[in-house]
Amino acid sequence: MTEILGVPVAVLSGQLMLGVINGAFYALLSLGLAVIFGLLKIINFAHGAMYMLGAMCTVLIFDAFGVNYWVALFVAPVIVGCFGILLEYFLLRRIAGQDHIYSLLLTFGIALILQGVLTNIYGVSGLRYSMPEMFRGGMNLGFMFLPYYRAWVIVAALLVCFATWFMIEKTRLGSYLRAGTEDSQLMQGFGINVPLLISLTYGFGVMLAAFAGALAAPIYSVSPVMGSNILIVVFAVVVIGGMGSIAGAVITGLMMGVVEGFTKVFYPEGSAAVIFLVMVVVLLIRPSGLFGKEA
Amino acid sequence: MTITKKLLTSAIASAMFVGAAQAEISDNTVKIGYLADMSGTYRDLAGPNGQTALEMAIADFGGTVNGAKIEVVSADDRNSPDSASSTARRWVENENVDLIAGLVASSVTIAVSNILEENDKLGIVSGSAASSITNEHCTPNHIHYVYDTYPLANGTASAVVKEGGKSWFILTADYAFGHALEGDVTRVVEENGGEVMQAVRHPFPTSDFSSFILQAQSSGADVVALANAGADTTNAITTAGEFGLTQSGQTLAALLLFLTDVHALGAQSAQGIQLTTGWYWNMNDETRAWSDRFMEKTGVRPTMVHAGIYSSTMQYLNAVKATGSDAAQTVRKQMMDTPINDMFAKNGFIREDGRMVHDMYLAQVKTPEESKSEWDLYDIVRTIPGDEAYRPLSESKCKLVTQN
Repeated sequence: MTEILGVPVAVLSGQLMLGVINGAFYALLSLGLAVIFGLLKIINFAHGAMYMLGAMCTVLIFDAFGVNYWVALFVAPVIVGCFGILLEYFLLRRIAGQDHIYSLLLTFGIALILQGVLTNIYGVSGLRYSMPEMFRGGMNLGFMFLPYYRAWVIVAALLVCFATWFMIEKTRLGSYLRAGTEDSQLMQGFGINVPLLISLTYGFGVMLAAFAGALAAPIYSVSPVMGSNILIVVFAVVVIGGMGSIAGAVITGLMMGVVEGFTKVFYPEGSAAVIFLVMVVVLLIRPSGLFGKEA
Repeated sequence: MTITKKLLTSAIASAMFVGAAQAEISDNTVKIGYLADMSGTYRDLAGPNGQTALEMAIADFGGTVNGAKIEVVSADDRNSPDSASSTARRWVENENVDLIAGLVASSVTIAVSNILEENDKLGIVSGSAASSITNEHCTPNHIHYVYDTYPLANGTASAVVKEGGKSWFILTADYAFGHALEGDVTRVVEENGGEVMQAVRHPFPTSDFSSFILQAQSSGADVVALANAGADTTNAITTAGEFGLTQSGQTLAALLLFLTDVHALGAQSAQGIQLTTGWYWNMNDETRAWSDRFMEKTGVRPTMVHAGIYSSTMQYLNAVKATGSDAAQTVRKQMMDTPINDMFAKNGFIREDGRMVHDMYLAQVKTPEESKSEWDLYDIVRTIPGDEAYRPLSESKCKLVTQN
């Protein structure tokens, strides 16, 4: 069998596949962050908490009402998205236009409160959520066993990423949005309700995080602390991709998933740090990120 | 030179000791600091409910000892040795804390035990796993009460090897506890004629284990052993299930599983897993009675750590009462001289290295059909006698043992 650095190619292909799957989660999460930062200039430190809320919500509405996976995949992000809109309306709006650090601190505070309150109620051991019946099992690809659910994760995440990019870059609504954040007074003058647009955008960004959470519920341990670790990684992904760049966030998310996956094979001890290493290198060479516009 | 120095210090120490040994409780208060993970990945197995167990012990004891009041302070160690050290230092140096209880992450315990030794205060470790805590990191100032990695390896690993699992792939949490467990497991596997093919160290904590599970599958080992804890273990078990690890003929062995982990996984996903535990709530009438009281207060069944906190606090208070002192060495000696017979342990005893030796249990997770209630999760398969379970003193690297 052919080998690269002592590792069989078959094993590497499997790791490549898993890297893409994890990258799909990073892409979804960093996309939401990039939308919120790119359009609203809010550094949303509550993003990990929103991811957690999406997953928790999926489990809780299943336990309480028996809501099945497919419905939850739609309903959980909507519920969390509405919560995001309320946050924007009652809190974030009050500090609009201030230095970025204020939105960072405010959202970080919200994240800690959410995490703390839910930890007190549900503990940290994780809530049970079983895999939907139709996704049980998997297929043998020759070089690896691919669970059906992981395949679905790639499809779902990439579809949502593409749809988001298309909506923001190619549709009329997207152009209003971009214009509204560029010069809100002018847009108000044209009769566009800019504050509403901003609330909806924040809500949408949050929905993307919650969608990632709902998608993660069957495969990761669902607990109030699940968002805190992933948040920092996702921020690093956004920084590498270039703050605010939508396509950059998606492509970088996938790339970093793969980089992390390979690190887990060649030097597992370093897999938690490798993304930050890439971040340092990218910032030194291209401070605006791989896909960012030069400032 | 060193001998004179040692003599001198011990002379001074004993002179001071005579002063302190007037059998007094300092500032007429026994102050217990409960230091544990209150919000992170080990919260449920110790955490706020551990403090409840501690307070239950104080209430059952009567709330005072020889007329001195018993006070409790608590703090979150955030699983960080730095944060825990600064709390411990403040407690023992400025706030007259006599005993630090709880102590979960092994890295935290090792850091705190050094501070206890410097200040000659006592610590009772109920949550940590690393066997190095009473081996190379032993001090005359702490007691390791509930379990450690040595019996975990002895119980689970030897059972699995004897069932035919000869080649092992170990997935290790990359910090003190994981390393200790990996070492102890490797020893047991090799002693029983097995072989460790590969050990992979993953960052702590890790949420996605798919890459490691795939490596484990392609290694072709008979047994995939998880030398990690808490959410890392439950995540790894869930992922192993998803990737069909056991269907392809490999055995999954979780070396450290707490009741709260198994409860989170549920009998459906955890059924059949073998594990070693220091205590289980549903063993006999005594354990059940205490667990019912615990559940009334907390809403959940206690883990071995919760029960150990209750038992060790009781032992500590009894020793303070018997000696009329809260000086660390006086109390520790009294605790070592008193066998432990309560709902937690029968004929348990504390060795000179600080290890509390008691029977351990090899358990198997019940199937959903066997499990009669939400927390009815274990079958006790075998009792491992304390002497057989723990590292014998003859193999000890502890400075308190080798000096003699």
